[in-house]
Amino acid sequence: MEKDGSPKGPPALLKTLPGDDVRQIMWRFADRFDYQMVVQSARAVARGPVARAVAKGARNSHEWTDDKAALLLEFDAAGITAAAVDPEYGGYIEGPKNFVLGLLAFELAWVDAGAGTSSMANTLALAPIHERGTPEQKALYMARSVPPQPGEDRKIWRGAFALTESIPYVGVDTGVLSGRVRVAEWNEGEEPILHVDKRGRFITNMGSASFVTAAVDSGDPRIKGSCMIILEETDPGTWDRGTPTKKLAHQLSSTRDPVFSLRVPAHRIIGGYTVKDGVIVPNYSHAEVIEAVFTRTRATPSIMTSAKLLSAIEPVIRYHRRRFRGAAGINEGTPRFDMGLQQKEDALHRLLDVWAAGEAGASLGFETSRLLDTYDDIEKAKSAVLATQGIAGGRAELKALRAREKDAAEFVALGANKNRSAAESARYDELAADPVLKFMITESLSSVLIPSAKLWNTGHGVNMMREAVSMMGGYGITEDCPGFLGTKWIDGQLEATYEGPEVVQRRQLSVTMSRPIFLQQFQTWIANLRDVAREHPSMGAGTLAAAMELWFWSREYLSTAKDAYGKDLYSNQRHGVTYPLADALAWLVATYHLVLDVLELKAKGPENPALAEGIDGLISFYTDLTHIHSATAAGEATKICAELVFGYRAESYPLDSTPANTDDDFKDVAPFIALRTKVDASLAGSKLAKDRASESLSHVMIPEVLDYPV
Amino acid sequence: MSTGFHIVVCGSLVPDLLQTLEPVAGPTGPALKNEMMLPAVLDPWAGHALFEAAHLAAKHPGSKVWLVSLGPKAKLQQLMMSIAQKVPFELVAIDGSASGFTDPVEVAAALAGAIEKIPTLDRSRLLLFGGCASASRDAGVTVQMVGERLGITDQFLAADEVKVGADGTLTVLERVEGGQYLVSEVVGPPCAIAWATGNLPEPPNNPQVGMQNMRTLMPSLQKAQLAALSAQGGTFVSVEVPKQERKTRIVKDVPLDEMARDIAEWIKG
Repeated sequence: MEKDGSPKGPPALLKTLPGDDVRQIMWRFADRFDYQMVVQSARAVARGPVARAVAKGARNSHEWTDDKAALLLEFDAAGITAAAVDPEYGGYIEGPKNFVLGLLAFELAWVDAGAGTSSMANTLALAPIHERGTPEQKALYMARSVPPQPGEDRKIWRGAFALTESIPYVGVDTGVLSGRVRVAEWNEGEEPILHVDKRGRFITNMGSASFVTAAVDSGDPRIKGSCMIILEETDPGTWDRGTPTKKLAHQLSSTRDPVFSLRVPAHRIIGGYTVKDGVIVPNYSHAEVIEAVFTRTRATPSIMTSAKLLSAIEPVIRYHRRRFRGAAGINEGTPRFDMGLQQKEDALHRLLDVWAAGEAGASLGFETSRLLDTYDDIEKAKSAVLATQGIAGGRAELKALRAREKDAAEFVALGANKNRSAAESARYDELAADPVLKFMITESLSSVLIPSAKLWNTGHGVNMMREAVSMMGGYGITEDCPGFLGTKWIDGQLEATYEGPEVVQRRQLSVTMSRPIFLQQFQTWIANLRDVAREHPSMGAGTLAAAMELWFWSREYLSTAKDAYGKDLYSNQRHGVTYPLADALAWLVATYHLVLDVLELKAKGPENPALAEGIDGLISFYTDLTHIHSATAAGEATKICAELVFGYRAESYPLDSTPANTDDDFKDVAPFIALRTKVDASLAGSKLAKDRASESLSHVMIPEVLDYPV
Repeated sequence: MSTGFHIVVCGSLVPDLLQTLEPVAGPTGPALKNEMMLPAVLDPWAGHALFEAAHLAAKHPGSKVWLVSLGPKAKLQQLMMSIAQKVPFELVAIDGSASGFTDPVEVAAALAGAIEKIPTLDRSRLLLFGGCASASRDAGVTVQMVGERLGITDQFLAADEVKVGADGTLTVLERVEGGQYLVSEVVGPPCAIAWATGNLPEPPNNPQVGMQNMRTLMPSLQKAQLAALSAQGGTFVSVEVPKQERKTRIVKDVPLDEMARDIAEWIKG
């Protein structure tokens, strides 16, 4: 029986914009009251002091001003700074923090992402210590980074993460470093004293940092390889915060190009070191540290861009509705007075696209953060098991994991099989108990979700932010645009760039999306969507499933196909093939997670009495919004795949004539044509969904005014 | 001998004041359009009372603050995510409508009943706090009626300040006509104080305070009793939002002084 099937009378309309109850269900934190409090706390800071600072013009300076510095104190007072720190060091939230940091970033970026970055950058500076630091390093720097408690007389420490250097090196390839560490002094039986030279570029929080976690390479035969090392502002030597970066985005955060030439004790090497044959061997290279860091921190900026899109909905609706009010001859009670530009389908349809993109991005970003919250324990369990086998990191571990890929694929397949035999269930239970397999599956998924979120949320998000700006007309590119939409547009561009620009994410995806364990999971997603489509035919899940099947086929085809000149299509250097395919996948992955979140809302929403009054309209609207976005994502993915599958073939006939042997020419891609036809046919109803959602958009109740100043 | 005050603050939620508040006829009488779906805030007057209570409690060791709230349980829970971060208190939740259209007699009965059931409450040290008005209903009678039911006869309305003397005497500043204050003294608790705005700013959110409050908040919400509000207390003939009066006159080249005079005359009526 269809729950939300085809036309059967006027659908219920969305009554109000989605509030906290809705978000808590969709993003799965309805039972985490600590997170809900952090959200409220961050929101009060964002829509209070942060918004007032933006409205006052605090962004209009590259310098680190008192107004900007005052926001850090607001973060401290509201518990935002300490939220990232474990309770043993003075924080107050138990367990992993990826998701809650995502919530914080969402709330701050709702108003100004530069404020979000200021808060995040401190966490980023601590991340190398958190992930790979020695117990002593963790205890010292984490505890110093927590705001003083009542009765404590100390200054809070703030950090900066210094990886990027002046061009031409880092920023293009983080594997190459110009920063150097040398042995300055090493007396017999004493700890070595090191000299660090590092010139940073685009280093966030540098205006307020008391310490820096810096990536450097060895400049001395007595030090092996690269490392990350902690520098303090009171270390002897040069601590030059450098000139402010003249960036056009995120101006509420401090970004500078610092210069360091400092003497530091060797115990500042993050993760410690050993001495072997008179050579200092850091326990972790800088690459190992930053891999661990970026695995966990890249999801957050992706959430920031999605927050901007969702924050744009209310001001755009208000602007559209009131567009003609006050004009001569536009009288109260007339459609032009009451609905303004919302009388026009274009205004409604375009805003729905913005809204859907924001929802899909948030769904993907938060799912990624939730997955990362499971990562630490899973990784530790895997390492413990491998250690019992005498395997500890490096190539030996890679080899051991590779040997288990077949088991991992079997586990995923068994997991998707709803009709397992007794023998299969026993095998499934056996595999499920293996921490190594659990890690492999989680890692294969996270290494697709993280770059997908970073790539799609920010890249496509900025494009959609431009749409939102354009919907405000000339007002959109003024400083006093309600909701600061113009500044959010350009801020989004920085989110697409920092912590690894789009090309880095495409590069990573081009590798990880072809791993068999991921592809196995991808197929279970398709099967899941088919089930969803049967039960909820109006969600567009069938469209998404068809597009995913098409992508899957295209990837398989391209992985062995050659171009008209006999060159491999799917190869390391063939960015023209692998990168667009990664783009297509990111569309699909984001939309898949929107489907899952809306299903969660459908399942749990009716249980919440606060939503009872409007649950029908809410579900109806989100169903339609998902349908709209599934159709868009399917269209984008299909277009990309078609170009790749057909674009590298020889031109077989003139464009203005039909060849006689078409069937023969395209025999090898006949499955693609069939799959594409299936996608096209599955689009039935998607525009009707848009019309229905438009009706909601033109009736939804919004507050009288925005809840933060302009 | 016990020291400090036992301060019970009566206060609940109202729809966020930035929202469009449109009266509609509901199945049980007047209501606000989409009221349950709208974000809610702590009634501003109750908020002043709560912040004053926490301030007073912090200055007098051994004091304790309870917040007694009558509202829809699910909405109260959301409200607590922000309010519980501001000051320490123990919640006593009562499940029921927080609508401005409920009968204050019934509301007062529900509140007084819940207060009477607080097991550790020492009535001889009781200060009953609440707002002198409400953003959703400006009758300004609820605290008085709760006080009456609890047998508290020393009542102060529209208070802006309470000072505690060395001998325990309370000096209360109550707003009266013409911007004047009535200064009263009472030897000590029990007494009821309905607050106007007080003098304290809203405390910033502090999730750490919230975590402490959570230990009692969730159990209280879970065991919240349903209040019997019959909605029979009164009949609403009509309900409407106060009208905004806007008169526009288009003129050119009017000197500033003349414009100011015009506006002043218009205000005077």
